[in-house]
Parts: sequence; C-alpha cells; structure tokens
Amino acid sequence: MRTEYDVIVVGGGPAGLAAACSAREAGAKEVLVIERDKEAGGILNQCIHIGFGLHYFKEELTGPEYAGRFVKRARALGVHFLLDTMVLAVEGHTVTACSAGCGLLVLTGKAVVLAMGCRERTRGAVAIPGDRPAGIFTAGTAQRYINIEGRMVGRRVVILGSGDIGLIMARRMTLEGAKVLACVELMPYCNGLNRNIVQCLNDYGIPLYLSHTITNVKGLHRVEQVTVAEVGPDRKPIPGTEMEFDCDTLLLSVGLIPENELTRNAAIPLDPATKGALVYENMETQAAGVFSCGNVVHVHDLVDFVTAESERAGAAAAGYAAPKVCQEGQRTLSVERGAHVTYTVPQAIRTQNISKNAELSFRVNQVFRDSEIRVTDGETLVCRFTREHMAPGEMEHITVPKVLLDKVKGDSLRVSVAAKEVQA
Amino acid sequence: MTELICIVCPRGCHLHVDEENRFAVTGNSCERGSEYGRTELQNPTRVLTSIVRIEGATGRCCPVKTDKAVPKKDIFRVMEVLRGLTIQAPVKTGDVLYADVCGTGAAWVATKDMEKGT
Amino acid sequence: MFDVLIVGCGVVGAAAAYQLSRYKLSVCVCERYNDVANGCTKANTAILHAGFDCPPGSMEARLNLRGIKLAEEICEKLDVERIPMPTFIIAYDDPHELSYIEELYQRGVANGVRGLRIVDHDEALRLEPGLNPDIKAALYAPGSGIINPWEYCIAMAETAVQNGVEVKLESEVTAIERKADHFVVTTSSGVYEARYVVNAGGGWSAQVYELIGGCGLTQTNFAGQYYILDKSQGEKLHSIVFPCPDEHGFKGICVTPTVHGNLLVGPDCYEVQDGDHVGTDPTTLENLKAEGHRSVPDIDFREVIHEYAGVRPNTQIPDFVIGEAPECPHFINLAGIKSPGLSSAPAIAEELEEILEGCGLVLEKKEHFIDSRRRIRFRALTNEERRELIAKNPLYGRVICRCETVTEGEIVEAIHRPIRPRTIDAIKRRCNAGMGRCQGGFCGPRVHEILARELGVDEKDILMDEQGTFLLTSEIKEVAADENRV
Repeated sequence: MRTEYDVIVVGGGPAGLAAACSAREAGAKEVLVIERDKEAGGILNQCIHIGFGLHYFKEELTGPEYAGRFVKRARALGVHFLLDTMVLAVEGHTVTACSAGCGLLVLTGKAVVLAMGCRERTRGAVAIPGDRPAGIFTAGTAQRYINIEGRMVGRRVVILGSGDIGLIMARRMTLEGAKVLACVELMPYCNGLNRNIVQCLNDYGIPLYLSHTITNVKGLHRVEQVTVAEVGPDRKPIPGTEMEFDCDTLLLSVGLIPENELTRNAAIPLDPATKGALVYENMETQAAGVFSCGNVVHVHDLVDFVTAESERAGAAAAGYAAPKVCQEGQRTLSVERGAHVTYTVPQAIRTQNISKNAELSFRVNQVFRDSEIRVTDGETLVCRFTREHMAPGEMEHITVPKVLLDKVKGDSLRVSVAAKEVQA
Repeated sequence: MTELICIVCPRGCHLHVDEENRFAVTGNSCERGSEYGRTELQNPTRVLTSIVRIEGATGRCCPVKTDKAVPKKDIFRVMEVLRGLTIQAPVKTGDVLYADVCGTGAAWVATKDMEKGT
Repeated sequence: MFDVLIVGCGVVGAAAAYQLSRYKLSVCVCERYNDVANGCTKANTAILHAGFDCPPGSMEARLNLRGIKLAEEICEKLDVERIPMPTFIIAYDDPHELSYIEELYQRGVANGVRGLRIVDHDEALRLEPGLNPDIKAALYAPGSGIINPWEYCIAMAETAVQNGVEVKLESEVTAIERKADHFVVTTSSGVYEARYVVNAGGGWSAQVYELIGGCGLTQTNFAGQYYILDKSQGEKLHSIVFPCPDEHGFKGICVTPTVHGNLLVGPDCYEVQDGDHVGTDPTTLENLKAEGHRSVPDIDFREVIHEYAGVRPNTQIPDFVIGEAPECPHFINLAGIKSPGLSSAPAIAEELEEILEGCGLVLEKKEHFIDSRRRIRFRALTNEERRELIAKNPLYGRVICRCETVTEGEIVEAIHRPIRPRTIDAIKRRCNAGMGRCQGGFCGPRVHEILARELGVDEKDILMDEQGTFLLTSEIKEVAADENRV
C-alpha cells in the first residue's frame, strides 16, 4: 500500500470530500481521504431531510444525496479512500491511523487537511440537573438510531435547545409516531433557521418556549417527567414559572463543538472563540502545510458553506504540495473581532495569497435588524455591508476585494456590527 | 394580508401575502418564494423524507423522499404507506419505490445508492 | 448448599468473594442489579486514602492502612488502574485551619501513616503548582493514590468467578430464613441455601440485616455530587486536594485527577433516604464550582463533561460495622462501609476471613488458585504493540470510542469475560467506552450494536444500565404515525 501522498485529508464528511475533490482538481496527484465510518459522507448520511445544496447545486437535496454527489465526484477524480479507519495522531505531516483491514498505518502527506467535523454538546456539558435515567439523547444520537438503525428512541419527547438538528428531529419523531410536547430554548431567540421553526415545529403544532430551560429531570429508570421554567434576563430560572411535561425522552440540541483533539495533540494553535484552529485566508493553520476546514474550524449552519470553505482549503493544500518558489515578503493582516462579532474565520489574511477577494465568515452575538457590518483599518473604513437581518444562529459571510485589502495601512482589519444609523 | 416565513431556502424571508389581491406576494427575494407564498395559503405542500427497511444491503435502512411536494393535509397518509414496506438491495438514488402515493401524483424515491452487501 | 452466600457485589462483596475464592469453599454472591459495581462502588471519589483521617484506634484506621497496602498488590496482579498520588489538605492563614492540619498530622502519626509532613506555602506550591497560592500551609501525605473503582471491583469479582465463585446477577435478596444449621435465602432469581451469610449490602446493609431480624442498625446514607471535567483539566493537577473541613466538620470538596486523566470535583454531603439513586441539583453544582476553584484556581469549568451523585453507605454508628451479628450466629455484617470503604475493601475481606474461621468455617487452601488477570488497553500501547495486536485480531484495529480510543476488540473481549456485561454502562465501566468528552454520543449506538450481536439478543433488549433503563421503544414503522398522537 502507498504510504506517501500529496494530500491526506482526515475525515470523509462534506468538508473532507470537498477538500479532496478540489485538491485533485487543483493538480494534486495522490489524494487520500481517511474516514472512520464504513462509508464516506459523514453526518450527512443520517441527515435524510431536504435542505442541502441550494447554494452549491442550486437545487434542494437530502443529506445522503448531497454526500452521494461528492463521493461520486471524488471516485471519478481518483481520490483514494481508507474507510472504517481511525486517525490516532497527526504529527507534522505524518498521520498515524488504524483499521481492522489495514492494521496500523503510518502515512505522510506533503500537505494535510484536517476535516474532522464537530461533536454535540452533552447533558454533562450543560449540567442539566435531576435524575440520571435512560431516555436522554443528543439529537444527533437519536437521529442515528432512527435514520440509520431504523429504531425509535421514544414516544413522548421534550427537546432542549433550538439548534437545527433538534428542530429537524422534532419533525422526524412526529412523523414516526412520537408526540413532541415542547421545544425549549434558553435564549430569547431560536438558534435554528427560521424555515425550520415553520416546517418542523409550526407545521405539527409543537410549541417553542423561548427564554425557558429545564430545571429538573425525573425518572428512576427511564425519563418520566421534565420540569421547564422560564428564565429571566440573567438566564436563571424564575421561581413559580415551572411547567411539568410527562415524557419518556429528552433530546438535547444544545450546540456543537469542533472536534479538535487531533489538532490539539499536534500542537496546532486554536482560537478560543471558535474552538477551531487559527487559520489564514486559504484555511492553512499555523502549522505550515496543515490545513483545516468545515465544522472542525467553526460550526456552520449550511453544508454549502462548508463545501465552499473546504474547496479553498483543498486547492491551497494542492498548491502547497506542488513544487514552488519561495514566497518572499509575506504580509499578514490579522482579522480582529469588533463590536458584536463573536469570532471571525479566517483570523489572519496573507494578502499575497489573495487573487481577487478575501472571504470572511463570522457570527454576531445578538439579533439585528437593518444593521451594518463595517470592516475598518484603524479609524479608516475599508468597506461596509448592510444586512436586513442577522442572528447568532446564522453565520454571516462578507467578501473583501483585494484592491481594498491592498490599501490597508495597518497590520489588522477589524470587523464590527452596528445598527444602521437612520438618515434624517 | 398574511405574514409568512418563507421555507424554500435557509434565508427565511418574511413574506406578505395579500389574499384580497390574488395572493400577491411581497417581501420575497426570489421567484420560488412568491410561488411558496401563493401555494402556502391556498394548498400548502411539503416534500417528505423518511426511511424504509432494506434487505440485502450493508445498512438496515434506505433513506427516501417524495419526488415532489405533497399536500400538507395528506402528510400522515403519505407516511403511512411506508409502514410494512421492505425493499431489496441494490437501489439507486432516484429509484421509485412507491409510485403515486395516495393519489397525490408523488412517488417515494430512494435518496441513496445502496449496493448489495452483508 | 453453599458454604458462604455474600449479599451484594460492590467492592466489599467482590473483595470478600475474591478472598474466599482461594479456599476450598462453595461461595455465591447475590447482586440485585444486572451488573457488579453498580451501587456505591460506581459513584465515589475513587481515592485510596492515606489513612490520616480516621479516628485513632478505630476499625476504619486499621483497615484503611492495611487496605491500601493490599490494593497495591491486587492492582498489580489483577491489572487494575491505580496511580500513587499524594494528598494535600490545604490551610489558609486561619488559626483554626492551621491547628486542624496539625491535629490531622498527629492523628495520622497515631494511625501509623508514614511520610506525613506539614509543608509551608512555598514547598506546597513547589510540590503542587496547581494549588491556590493564597494558602499558608498544607498537610502533605504521600501514601495515597487514585484508582478505577469499578475495575477494582470487577477484577476481584471476575477472579473470584475464575476460581469457582458463582456471581448471581439480578438476584435481590428479599428474605433470609434461619434454619438449625443453615440459612434459606430467597432472591428474585431463586432460593439458595448457605451455611454462612455475609451482608455486604452497601447502602442497603441495614435493610439486609433486618431480614434476619437484626435491629440496632439505622441506615443514614449521605449523598454527594460530583463534576467530571475533560482531560484538558486533568492535566492541571497531580495530587489529591482537600480543603480544611467547614464548621460542621464536613471534609470539604475534593479536587483530584482520575486514573483516566480527567479531573473530579466533589462531593458535598447531605442525607438521603435512597441507598443508591440520587440526582444532581443546580445549587449544589454551583457550590462545587466555587469550592473547586478556591482550592485549584486554574480549573476551567466550561470543560465539564459529566455530573453525578453518589451515596456513602453510612449508619448511625461512627465506625464500620463488621462482625458476626450478636442475635444471629453465622450471619456476618460488613455494614456501614462509608469512606474509606474503597481503600479498606481487601482488608475488610481479610477481617471477614478471620471472623468466619472464628465461627467455625474450615478454610483449606486450593492447590490451583488463579491470581492474575490481564486486559488490553489499546490506548496505552505503543504503535508496534498495536500493529502486532491488530495482526492477531483485526477487531483491535476498529476504534469504536473515539474520545477514549477504545477498540471493538476490547469491547468484545470484555463481553466474553467471566462476568458478562450486558448493558451500555457495563461496557463503559469495563472498557471506558463512552466515558469521554462526547459521553457516548458517538459510540453509544455502536456499542449497542456490538452488545446485541455478541450476546445474540435483539437491540431493543439492550439496556443503558440497571433493569428498566431501556433505550429503544420500537422499530421504525412498527407504530402507526398517528397511533400515539393526541
């Protein structure tokens, strides 16, 4: 078996598949995807609902269809796959992995792309008080049981958190015969997409309780009851507002965390704001030739944007793997978080690498109507963008043209958000 | 005038549909949005997805969808036909597994290639 | 007819069974749950105490010291995770606290604890940089350690079974009748006869005692809640840290690494009725955070991965209650085994041996006593060892739990051990699968599938933990979409 590759991609979900395809298309010859599951596609395989691909394919696909297209494309491009294989460590450009079929593998790539995706926050991470019976699942685990294994996990369900997977599972369980009693969200706004509130909750008469949380779980063996209470502006429960729901199942949709244990063990610096690697404009991490893309860098709402970001990473990895002349005089602009911006990706831009535009993604910390995104260079405005609507649950994207970047005098750009001033 | 949140794409536009004026739609960003606004108030429809049991494949279940949107009022009837349905591997994405469900004209189709396997 | 029937297979029952299994005896252990180590043994602080804390002259003091000595040997022989680790009792600039650690020091010396020292601020911080720099001094006890409490219990119980002991799961003892020269023990799985009965009932030992008409023991269980933090926090500390007790004499919130590399913060202390089912509450957990931070300021509580509560099986009697029941010959109580019960367990078993012998049981050593046990920990192997292992058995190449790097080979091996794990949590206790930061979100369904396959049962019949903790309610499409709808 080959042990040396131009590009090794860790993870065969949407990010890894897109990175591998674009690395091949950008000229890398030997591209390997290592996937721990028995098939490529990652979490898309269990996301059987529609809603994927509107940006990328201009049509509405299910998760398996979206993944299927990329798997076909990767196969046609001659991407190598190692399935049912777990990466144990990444050190420099050496990847150690193991599988039942191939044993222990030590592989090297001229470039490495980290595309491990993310994991769900658990009951432990959000410290839901009460008993510890069976019947408490993260929404993604329930989704796997139902959609992959074909087995139901409950009959009367309460959902904590309004992330998209939670909303999707509210509808999914209803369609399979369960009664979903409530969807409970701590924040005063929904964390999922508006369309999912309409088509997953409203369509089936499932109430959404904003500014509420679960204050107790009861059940000796299986969940029997959960207590839901309203929270005040301090997000602490308000006594006297408790409601009790008799249910056998509690699903958690309380956030996703980039899965960066390999990155951390490789001593690649992470951004505490994203919990992903610090990346440059082409998704290269602080370790030269190691790239990172998709949900392992920052959690996305839409797979289409994972794909776009990962294509950039894959192409850049191919570029890194190719013989090249040394670049002199790199100029690096750091991207800083201004008012109401919780993180940015990338966190730094090397302007020489930009051919036309720099793409920036970020999130805001509250809901905005008719507001303005400003990119500034010290006191100087570089560019601004208006938005009718922004929310923490929706990732924002802006495109900064190279001509404007070249005019920047300082060594950083600041992205901030302000409610638009009303012109008299 | 009815206010709706558009569900045809993740953007979630806030639509205004004027029943008095032949269901004219405003607030949409695309043609699909105005189409959604019109049908949502007259004959709301949804694309459904689910799974069916598959035999002879590596997995136990094959994901499926309706190849077009079905009337919202028929959702549970359309779901019901999948109960007791078992298909055999192999299947290809787009294979029709159940045609003209409940007279809606829509078919349940596979959304994944599933090879023969154990 | 068994020679000895032990009620309860927590760490005390398992140690007793392991101890007696070296003799030519027929021994049976009746456990109410579907797995061993499922009561107080599964939820505690997982510490082998140095032994300075117990009142001098008490049974606790003697058995604690002997117990940790025996633990060293047993853990080595039976391949149980144990890490020697010092304890610090920290004192701030407060005369009560400073005199308290002095008193503890004296108590420890009286108990025969070696290596105890009072260290000043600078030395304490040099030995353990994670401590709060505001402390004035600390009691330093090098003889303590941390242990995997489930594995300790499971290893001893498995070894006992290897040596002929019968462990009967799902066998709750509901009646014990005393006949002329033996007992008739009724359990939920059948009726057994035995010449001697040993009460290792943990949080229920007073109730077990009552079954033979024993009175004078009142179970006064104390619960405590805990946080488990990610390994990123476990790295920050290399000692067991206790504050000085509060004005009510409560030991205080401990901060300690675990043998798996996580950090544990807890427990608090409050009385409960139930012998092992306790939940967590937000006020208590907030308090744990504050107390944990005070002792070890660098803890990042955003890295919490799990909370749990445990029970200390206490009685109204301040010491362990060990001995033949005065009103019932041949019935031996190992009751009220609160802290330092885990540390004392094998010494309690030695004590039991003596008591049994004292009341007429003849102990004759077996010629072939199996006293070893090994298990594979893929995570801890070198790449070369991993390569060899996978070549021998490919299942060791398939990683099932990604957070803890646990392979299918380890899980399958555990399922076929002498005491068969049948639940997701039983696998967790044996292999660590699902203990990590994703808490089984990823590996849970996979472990579920492997269990069903290896046990030859339907996946629907696989439980999370004890009886009644079912995970799946039906097959998809089994229930009509509107059948359950209101």
